Amino acid sequence: MQKKMHVTATINGEVQEFLCEPRQSLLECLRDILHLTGTKEGCNDGNCGSCTVLMDGRLVTSCLVLGPEASGAEIVTVEGLARGRELHPLQKAFLEQAALQCGVCTPGFLVAAKALLDREPQPSEQRIRWWLANNLCRCTGYDKIVRAVQQAAAELAATQGGMNRL
Amino acid sequence: MKWFDYAAPDSLEQAAELLARYPEARPLAGGTDLLPQLRAGKRTTPLVVDVKKIPELSSLTIDEKGALTLGAAVPCYRIYEDERVCARFPALAELASILGGIPIQGRASLGGNLCNASPSADAIPLLMAMHATAETWSTSGARSIPVEDFCIAPGRSALAPGELLVSIRIPALPPRTAAHYLRFIPRNEMDIAVVGVGVSLTLSDSVIQTARIALGAVAPTPILATEAAASLENQAPTAAAFERAARLAQQVTRPISDMRGTAEYRRHLAYVLTRRALEHALQAAAAS
Repeated sequence: MQKKMHVTATINGEVQEFLCEPRQSLLECLRDILHLTGTKEGCNDGNCGSCTVLMDGRLVTSCLVLGPEASGAEIVTVEGLARGRELHPLQKAFLEQAALQCGVCTPGFLVAAKALLDREPQPSEQRIRWWLANNLCRCTGYDKIVRAVQQAAAELAATQGGMNRL
Repeated sequence: MKWFDYAAPDSLEQAAELLARYPEARPLAGGTDLLPQLRAGKRTTPLVVDVKKIPELSSLTIDEKGALTLGAAVPCYRIYEDERVCARFPALAELASILGGIPIQGRASLGGNLCNASPSADAIPLLMAMHATAETWSTSGARSIPVEDFCIAPGRSALAPGELLVSIRIPALPPRTAAHYLRFIPRNEMDIAVVGVGVSLTLSDSVIQTARIALGAVAPTPILATEAAASLENQAPTAAAFERAARLAQQVTRPISDMRGTAEYRRHLAYVLTRRALEHALQAAAAS
């Protein structure tokens, strides 16, 4: 057969259509076809979490999803977090807490942390560390990331009772 | 990755037809083992058959007798978020919550863990301890394989070419029964077991009526420690009885030395983990 497949998916709230080879991962489709380069490739085998996105409300490592599997799915990437020029409270907190250095892992951490706060607005420190265990960072030593998530949780609780932004 | 075609059939019949026509096709559930293997060139396939649209592979049901039928492609999160599973099969819910991290649990299935047939697969010792069976389908019909007979070598299962794992069936736990899986990993999460032990215990009056003990990562396939389990039957659940059973379990191990641990260390772990898993199952069975 050897032909490309036609995929329709909702990405960050917009319906997108694209053609991909069956062997292309969702990560490759996002970056190389749709030019959503916020999502990063790290290990490309599911260990590092830098390509983490939401697929139908669930966290997945997009390197372990085939493009055709996204057909009909709702995908949220790091590009879907900010509202126009206004950063998501998690993004602000990551900046204020200096929760990044090189930044390659950051999109994955942000999406994973958003999924946590959407489900559990006031997670304990242990819960945050457990939830983010599939995201590796070789720069920060994690403490700053955990503090940033705690700060964002507190801000969301104070401003809108943990309103779900998407 | 080398080129492959992709199909997503929505019935068992269609899937079995595809697998019969392309014996080298690979079923895709969560992809957390298959895709890295294809990417690394450890496997090649002309066709990936996404099985998640097949109702039998994506359903989780508990029948009137309390037996659980777990579709082979049901991802981990659906197991530990299911209140019935948490109440009736707590050890299984706990197992699903320690396989990989949260994004892996969004995709990975126990059926995939079984079919990957890794000696260190976390799910297999617990499924063996719980008397689980692998329910399969092919163009020649359905088959039921006890999980302890499913793995035949590292990475190789008893599935015939063209045969698909449909579900894992776990009988209801009898009264005063509990199962438990315990593994050793160097970090707190997200790691491959150095050794894993699954046990189940059924209590009757003041003695153990029956027991099952299965070990992972200590032989080319997960193994049952039959003699160790038999040594507990009709015995009081004492520290001495568990000590003896753990020593017997240790004797059936045939571990190798690799990057995760030496053979000697694995033998030691097999003993310690068996004893602790039995103690944990005893507490849970007594409380149930």
